Amino acid sequence: MKPPVFEYHAPASVGEAISLLGSLAEAKVLAGGQSLVPLLNFRLARPAHLVDINRLAELTKIYERDGGVAVGAVVRQAEAEVDPLLRERCPLLPLALRLVAHPVIRNRGTVCGSLAHADPASELCAALLVLDGRVTARSQRGERVIAAADFFRGTMDSVLEPDELLTEAWFPATAGPVAIAEEARRHGDFALAGAARAGDRLALFGVATRPLLADPADPTRGLEPSSEPECSPDFRLHLVKVLVERVMQA
Amino acid sequence: MTTRLFGERVQRLEDERLLRGQGRYTDDLGNGALECAFVRSPFAHARIHSINATAARALPGVVAVYTAADVPFGDLDLPLLIPHPQLTHPRTQKCLASSIVRYAGEAVAFVVAESRYLAEDAADLVEVEYEPLPAVVTPERSAKAENLVHADVPANSAADVTQAVGDVDSALARASHRLRRRLRLERSAAQPLEARAVWARWDAVEGRLTVYDSTQSPTSIRGGLAVLFGLPETSVEVIAPDVGGGFGPKIMLFNPDELLVPYAAMKLGRPVKWTEDRREHFTAVTHERAQVHEVDFGFDDGGKLLALDVDFIHDAGAYTPYGLILPIITAAQLPGPYRVPNYRVRFRDLYTNCTPTSPYRGAGRPHGCFVIERVMDAIAAELGLDRAEVRRRNLLQPGDFPYSVGTMWQDGGMAVYDSGDYPELLRLALERLGPKPEGDNIGLGLAMYVEGTGVGPYEGAHVQVLVSGKVVASTGIPTQGQGHATVFAQVVADELGVSVEDVTVTSGDTRRFPWGVGTFASRGAVMSGNAMANAARAVAEKAKRVAAEHLEADAADLELAGGEVRVKGSPGRSLPLAVVSILSNPLRYAFGGGDEIATQFQPRPRPGPPLAEGEEPGLEATGYYSPSPGSTWAGGCHAAYLRVDPKTYRLEFLKYVVAHDCGRVINPMILEGQIQGGVAQGIAGSFYERLLYDEEGQLRNASFMEFLMPYATEIPDVEMVHLETPSPLNPLGIKGAGEAGTIPVAAMLASAIEDALGVRIDEMPLNPNRLFELTR
Amino acid sequence: MIVNGIERPEASDPRRLLSDYLRHDLGLTGTHVGCEHGVCGCCTILFDGRPVRSCLLLAVQARGHELATVEGLAQPEAPMHPVQQAFKECHGLQCGFCTPGFLMATVAFLREFPDPSDAEIADAIAGNLCRCTGYANIRRSVRRAAELSRQA
Ligand SMILES: Cc1cc2nc3c(=O)[nH]c(=O)nc-3n(C[C@H](O)[C@H](O)[C@H](O)COP(=O)(O)OP(=O)(O)OC[C@H]3O[C@@H](n4cnc5c(N)ncnc54)[C@H](O)[C@@H]3O)c2cc1C
Ligand code: FES
Ligand code: FES
Repeated sequence: MKPPVFEYHAPASVGEAISLLGSLAEAKVLAGGQSLVPLLNFRLARPAHLVDINRLAELTKIYERDGGVAVGAVVRQAEAEVDPLLRERCPLLPLALRLVAHPVIRNRGTVCGSLAHADPASELCAALLVLDGRVTARSQRGERVIAAADFFRGTMDSVLEPDELLTEAWFPATAGPVAIAEEARRHGDFALAGAARAGDRLALFGVATRPLLADPADPTRGLEPSSEPECSPDFRLHLVKVLVERVMQA
Repeated sequence: MTTRLFGERVQRLEDERLLRGQGRYTDDLGNGALECAFVRSPFAHARIHSINATAARALPGVVAVYTAADVPFGDLDLPLLIPHPQLTHPRTQKCLASSIVRYAGEAVAFVVAESRYLAEDAADLVEVEYEPLPAVVTPERSAKAENLVHADVPANSAADVTQAVGDVDSALARASHRLRRRLRLERSAAQPLEARAVWARWDAVEGRLTVYDSTQSPTSIRGGLAVLFGLPETSVEVIAPDVGGGFGPKIMLFNPDELLVPYAAMKLGRPVKWTEDRREHFTAVTHERAQVHEVDFGFDDGGKLLALDVDFIHDAGAYTPYGLILPIITAAQLPGPYRVPNYRVRFRDLYTNCTPTSPYRGAGRPHGCFVIERVMDAIAAELGLDRAEVRRRNLLQPGDFPYSVGTMWQDGGMAVYDSGDYPELLRLALERLGPKPEGDNIGLGLAMYVEGTGVGPYEGAHVQVLVSGKVVASTGIPTQGQGHATVFAQVVADELGVSVEDVTVTSGDTRRFPWGVGTFASRGAVMSGNAMANAARAVAEKAKRVAAEHLEADAADLELAGGEVRVKGSPGRSLPLAVVSILSNPLRYAFGGGDEIATQFQPRPRPGPPLAEGEEPGLEATGYYSPSPGSTWAGGCHAAYLRVDPKTYRLEFLKYVVAHDCGRVINPMILEGQIQGGVAQGIAGSFYERLLYDEEGQLRNASFMEFLMPYATEIPDVEMVHLETPSPLNPLGIKGAGEAGTIPVAAMLASAIEDALGVRIDEMPLNPNRLFELTR
Repeated sequence: MIVNGIERPEASDPRRLLSDYLRHDLGLTGTHVGCEHGVCGCCTILFDGRPVRSCLLLAVQARGHELATVEGLAQPEAPMHPVQQAFKECHGLQCGFCTPGFLMATVAFLREFPDPSDAEIADAIAGNLCRCTGYANIRRSVRRAAELSRQA
């Protein structure tokens, strides 16, 4: 379980990073590495180049803009979890972060890395969706802002192009009740099913190939979960109802 | 004998080294050695048409690539460790497969390179052409024999064994109540946190092979390597340094690497090391647990079990290197602590295209316990009786020992329980458990067990008092965390009247003690503990003889205490043990440090040769312990209150109690740690872990992300009650305890969940999903 | 990069994992490797004071950072760190393979939570696997370590 050969790049600026991504074939961004490095160790990912963004001081900020909070690409999950601004303006995010893996993983994993990775059971992807947040992607071709509803495509698949760097995520401030609940086999595991709520918006995660918005009155409508050894479709639907009830009561 | 340390909560002597990061696990050693990787079969069953290693060999940094054709033992079947007359169709794997692979993960080629990174690169380049064959995956499918795992093994059956006590058929026919159950356990694995590792060096000048191996049996590896490589066994040394957990699979030998790494070291003239990674550990290292039992039983109106007929199939995996041990143990001790007057058991050991099996903590016992305890609960349910009461009515009584079950035991003799008090264990457990808490969905779980421990043939120990007065002791069996360095030091310190800190124990190093069998079957404390006591006692006797001469006293009037040999009742007349050690070795030269008193030029208190007739120099002795066939039998009762969340079907332990009896306890702190750890492994195996093979024989969850080993959040604190009925079979009165925590957990959880949810439980492991289905 | 207070050479091979670099290039074998995919926690070290998985970092990423491993908790001749002492007193280890990871996670945790509740303790150590102890004594050890650290 050792990574295959790759070339390593540690750009010092965002500009340098996107020019590397624009010029190198088969390059991958390395953020917290908490998903990418396991894939390398299993040799399930074999990128020719790694572009390590951890030295990009420009992307380490959490700041207020446009009636919400922006989180830079190198902000660790653990930092966001205790950030006063997020706690005040986007309290769902710290709640969601507490359900992501374990504290030690969150010390390294990034908020944006989680979004870019687009795991269907990711709490943060569901949070972005339910909050109607956006991400900013930059490449040599320019910058684009992508709404959460348009960002996730399928299992570990987003509309991000290989040459694009996700520079920050933006979460609108919320005033109403927020809640997130999930059911995982072990503490810290990816969820078998989860529900995130912001006001009267509801998102589900772990139940389809990407996070989904759902109707709080009939949350399982149209859901066709796949069958997995730890979770049959019926049990998953049952869990969705249990969890939605829980978040809607919050 | 003074008993000041035996029974005390002595803190562990090995801890400080481990806590400071100074442990020495195999992969910590041998920096600069060549490193290796395997090419393993991706198919569960396939014919190999060709293997092409040209590209791999050409990769810079690659030193060698071995296939079966490249090694002298390529065609050799690996040894059958435990032959048995009823194992009619044993099959073992080859070191490297060259014509057929029979499980995904079976070794096909072996790469040696300058680093593990390069070795993995090269392994990726080895091209193997396979022709997939149909895979036989579950024991049920194997029993149908639509496809064969070994073309020359009819019905996929390695063995078909029946034993009977009494007359089951007529007792069943006469019984006023009769029930049937089909009880199924799935495959699982031990997964010690340190995977396996082997590091070998060949000293060409001395012609000496030294192998470090994360094994539970270095002495056996040594013997085997000597035979295989045609070396005198005195030129082979095998050391199990610190081992990061074993739990059974590290007793398996030979694994292909255990031959290939030393071979490569000898052939290449450089040290070679292989460290297994977690992914390969999942398929390359033996599994256990899968068994399906058809149970037919009859009982009377009072709930007394009259007859029990069990027919079960054991999933052996692709080969049977460990013989029939697992199903034999299930069959032998399935009746547990209960009197079963008419008992018949048949098992078939069936091949499947999965990783082979060998004992994993519990080793066939959890299965037997699951069956008999399910039977007890079924009787209670059928008759509307209290579950504890049904058990009480069937338990063996303290006066029944020794009690012969009438089945054959793993050592070839009969299973005979030596001692115990089962009704008292049940009472103690229920007393500590107390009344059931208020609330819905709360279940009481109850399960009792026996465990045959401390099987022979023997273990030995060497004890020596150094001239400093410090004591070194060694035994052949290695430790994987059971605290041998402490408990054996306690035994030795008691015999020699020294403090426990003055005793340093080495285990599992054939350079220090070349004889022995291994650490398994909860035998370490019984076997090596008694051997240590024997060796230390011989040292004490010798110390008295030597000191008697100098103290001008009768040896019988001497005692060892406080680091001295002294005349009983006259405190002034004593010799420090250090001095006795010096005196025990008559010298021609003095080296300072007090040994001038031992030179032959000193006046001696008695005439005659410096070394008395029949005496050997040095204050040291070797001792062995070898029981007559038969085991010590530990026993116990697990009881718990458990809440099942009615919505998520998670488990919440409200209270978990273990009452157990493992004879005399050397160190309660260590014992409790063993039990807590065992319970955790039991809970893990009952509700979290399983090995998920698909129809093609692919292991689908070969990672810690998907094989759900519990974290601290999933495991409760266990409360323990100790009962000590000393074993009459060994001088220390001890019985083994290593597996006691694990054995009854599945049975106990089934009982508790059944009570909480009111659904019948016939299988293990469970998970929330399954409980949801069962309650629909 | 600084490891346990000592300046160390940078790694050169980009794909070398930090865990391998510490163990095999620097000889700091107290950091263990149990899974190489981030789940077991045996490889936990402190990276600029915060616990991280060294199997999920490349050694080249440590350039300019400060690392601490189990070997740095107490000097060889000095008494053990209170957390180490607590694990000994409470029999918080058996085979010892998981132990360095638990120690490093606990050291960082107690700095932030000097007087933790049982629930906080459970959360703090729930990212580390132990196959031997069944965790009860590890929970006790962390509680005891908090006591000893407060006294120190
Ligand atoms: C034991 C364990 C348990 C976990 N449990 C959970 C859990 O319960 N819930 C959960 O959501 N996650 C979980 N994770 C995953 C963790 O949250 C990851 O940190 C996260 O998913 C990825 O973030 P990262 O910064 O580590 O990204 P990396 O691993 O560095 O990258 C992940 C992917 O995203 C891409 N990427 C990252 N950043 C960018 C960027 N700025 N621009 C473009 N592409 C980018 C990378 O190229 C890569 O393909 C777990 C991980 C582990 C090891
Ligand atoms: S080895 Fe790093 S988490 Fe397991
Ligand atoms: S003490 Fe062995 S894994 Fe924890």
